[in-house]
Amino acid sequence: MRNKIGMGAALATSVLLLAACSSGEAAVTESASPSETSTAIDAAGQTLTIWVDENREPAVAAAAATFEAETGAKVELVQKNFEDIRADFLAQVPTGEGPDITIGAHDWLGALIEGGVVNTVDLGDNADKFSQVAVDAMTYDGQLYGMPYSTEAIALIQNTDLVGADAPATWDDMIAAGVASGAARPFCINTNGETGDGYTMYPFQTSFGAPVFVQDGGSYTSEVGMGGNAGAAFAQWLYDNGEAGTGYLSTTIDYDTNNQLFNSGECAFTIQGPWALGSYTDVNFTVNPIPSAGGEAASPFVGVQGFYVSSQSENALLANIFLSNYIATPEAMQALYDGDPRLPAFEGVDTSSAAYPEAIAGFQASAEQGVPMPSIPEMGSVWDFWNAAESAIIKGADPASTWETMNTDLTAALEG
Amino acid sequence: MSSETLTEKPMRVSHARNWRGFGWGFVAKLLLMMVVNAFGVTALLTAWSAEQWTFLIAGAVLLLVADVVYFSRRTVPLKYILPGLVFLLIFQVFTMGYTAYVATTNYGAGHNVTMQQAVDAALIQDERQVDGSPVYPLTVVTSGDTLGFAVTIDGVVLAGSADEPLQAIDGGVADASGRPTSVPGWDIVSVNTLLSDQALAQRVIDLRVAVSDDANDGALRTRDANSASVYRSSLVWDEATTTLTNTDTGVVYTPNEYGTFIGDDGSSLPVGFYVNVGAENFVKAVTDKDYATPLLRIAAWTFAFAFLTVASSFLLGLLFALIYNDERVKGRAVLRTLFILPYAFPAFMSALLWRGMLNAEFGVVNQWFFFGAGINWLGDPVLAKLAVLFVNLWLSYPYWFLVCTGALQSLPSETAEAAKLDGAGRWRMFRSITFPLLMVSTAPLAIASFAFNFNNFTIIYMLTNGGPRFADASVPLGHTDILISAIYQISGIAGGRADYGLASALSIVVFVVVGIVSAIAFRQTRKLEEIQ
Repeated sequence: MRNKIGMGAALATSVLLLAACSSGEAAVTESASPSETSTAIDAAGQTLTIWVDENREPAVAAAAATFEAETGAKVELVQKNFEDIRADFLAQVPTGEGPDITIGAHDWLGALIEGGVVNTVDLGDNADKFSQVAVDAMTYDGQLYGMPYSTEAIALIQNTDLVGADAPATWDDMIAAGVASGAARPFCINTNGETGDGYTMYPFQTSFGAPVFVQDGGSYTSEVGMGGNAGAAFAQWLYDNGEAGTGYLSTTIDYDTNNQLFNSGECAFTIQGPWALGSYTDVNFTVNPIPSAGGEAASPFVGVQGFYVSSQSENALLANIFLSNYIATPEAMQALYDGDPRLPAFEGVDTSSAAYPEAIAGFQASAEQGVPMPSIPEMGSVWDFWNAAESAIIKGADPASTWETMNTDLTAALEG
Repeated sequence: MSSETLTEKPMRVSHARNWRGFGWGFVAKLLLMMVVNAFGVTALLTAWSAEQWTFLIAGAVLLLVADVVYFSRRTVPLKYILPGLVFLLIFQVFTMGYTAYVATTNYGAGHNVTMQQAVDAALIQDERQVDGSPVYPLTVVTSGDTLGFAVTIDGVVLAGSADEPLQAIDGGVADASGRPTSVPGWDIVSVNTLLSDQALAQRVIDLRVAVSDDANDGALRTRDANSASVYRSSLVWDEATTTLTNTDTGVVYTPNEYGTFIGDDGSSLPVGFYVNVGAENFVKAVTDKDYATPLLRIAAWTFAFAFLTVASSFLLGLLFALIYNDERVKGRAVLRTLFILPYAFPAFMSALLWRGMLNAEFGVVNQWFFFGAGINWLGDPVLAKLAVLFVNLWLSYPYWFLVCTGALQSLPSETAEAAKLDGAGRWRMFRSITFPLLMVSTAPLAIASFAFNFNNFTIIYMLTNGGPRFADASVPLGHTDILISAIYQISGIAGGRADYGLASALSIVVFVVVGIVSAIAFRQTRKLEEIQ
């Protein structure tokens, strides 16, 4: 009997201890006096969970530091792989395990809405300082679902020692300049190896007038726009410059190979995003808009990154305060930029602190002739078919029939 | 006789009389059980607060069973097998059961949430800011239990609640920005109060205060308790009929059997919920005609891949084990360590490295061994299969080298000596003595290795990603895809258009196939054991 009592007591103590530990945060909450009307916010004891990726963690941490200092609330940053955030957010928000806020790309929006996991947001007092393109990208069916903070687009990067700093106007001009420079390869582009990379190739595709989805007054419909003569002309161009033709496009080049070739001076021109600049330490380069191959403007996809609020957040009030008062401010936007330089989507951010300030201007110019990446959920089904068809054509498959089959299969998959 | 004297002693003496302390064993048990109970009770509390009743009940039962088993004197065998049973339940039975459950739903893109959550999301997506609505500085107010909003419009302080539209408040005072600072009849609630009271904050977020008696004029809503705008909502949820009605257009949205809200004009809402679809996923998994042919080819390759990998790596490992087990080889310890290196490397890293080395233009394989011939190892259907097999051989032969070395060293030397005395040659000895004895201990491992390689997603995903694609199929599958990587592709998880229901159904089909193959193979290995 005696040891049973002892056991019971031990059990009760351990339970109490744990209970005390878990409720410790709540216990220290100060109750603010109701008459207080000052604007100082006291949210001590509240925790805001934010998902960020590795690159942006320092940036968000800097913005969150001010918030923590001024409000007493705690911001818990959960670092995740950027590629995983979309699927995890979709899976975990409905279970209540999701974050209050997550970093995300605008092209996830359709899927997030379809999945019912995002809430609408307000931009706060500084709403007019956000770039309109970025706000439009975060808008879906007339509703704003995310607070944008950066945009990004790929651009032409050229080795200034080989081909100077002047932007070539067309593909042919670029190749001519590349050949004249004596570089081993006039031009390199990442095809993600055998997989194909429709994203990096897209500016050339749009220069033939073959958008991935038909656009209806700015927003994308779910009708595939890559068919017809324009699409066929682009497919033929891929073939002509592929392994069976001039060889400027090759499926042997993946992201790392491409960067290595450019950094060793073997390539005169390449197409990459701002994220690759860190790899180009051994060469002098400049960034320009992408030249046209098909006559029309070469429009890269413009991606917008921003913050989404979970539709199931239990801290919606705090989350909105954090975004509108502590992210949508010039100081926080500057901190985000300094932590991880991407083209800012907020007026007045000083970009001179970037490692390559003049490159930022080049990317900005490229983004200005870009088109927003489609955010409709159908986009998720496109990549597999699209990348594979481009890869096959570059490797020498019949361009017309391969491209046509891709369009047919993709349309069928979207309807199915 | 001694046993008799023992039984004559009174065995059941009260602990109070012969108590000599608990002993270290008991103390250790008590401490362990304290930890177990502490974690268990925390888990139960968490489950309680998260309203996860299934987990709460299951957890409570498990905890109770654990306590009974370890503090009862009658359950000695259970004390040993309980931890294993619990692990089996949690990590095998639960996972399989859950996969089977998901396989009967259409959980995936567009059917991601429960009906209630889908309705919430539809209402969120429908509520729009009224065009041109200014942003009003806001004060949250209460009157008794009633929560309200106070704003200043045209210099007049107004207040209202969920039931009462905004009305002018006599004697209301606002500061320079227009934020009401004194509202007679109402108590002002500071933002800080809201922040420290999550339930109240939620009520503020949910509160809509109509701006006038006409509901079409919209209602004030706030997200940050600091400013408000006029929003208008046109969807109304009727829980009794489970329909959403658009009050502007009169369209009634009714959920169909797949959990999508379909309007009576044929339109649909973007957000849907998951429902039980019975065996539909299984039917689709085996009958979809676009997938049938590619999947059959993939199944054949999967069997070939798993079998050839095990056979080749086993034979190579065995060969090296035999050679390096010979006492005449000098420096065997060092050599053996070197052999194990590929095995010590993370498989996905090796696969990535090989992907680079097999690159047609820049890869060292072509440059060093094929005079820069530009052979497209990963782009040709046959060569890609060979490359996958070769890389997997490189990855897995050290395992068999290890296993076979161990098995060889534990073979009884008497049998070998007896055979030698009988005049058996080296080959005869290997064929009749060494190899059969070796098979007894390695065959079950070979079956396990087969099952592992059958689902060896890593190497396929990292080395070829399933490519090159089938040129004659309308689905994005390729020549080196094995069933598990095909499932990953079909279920759309990579592209973000996931269909977890179909993926679960397919993986159950694969599980059944692997299970049957393993069962048959294990039955065969019993014959081997008869040798001993």
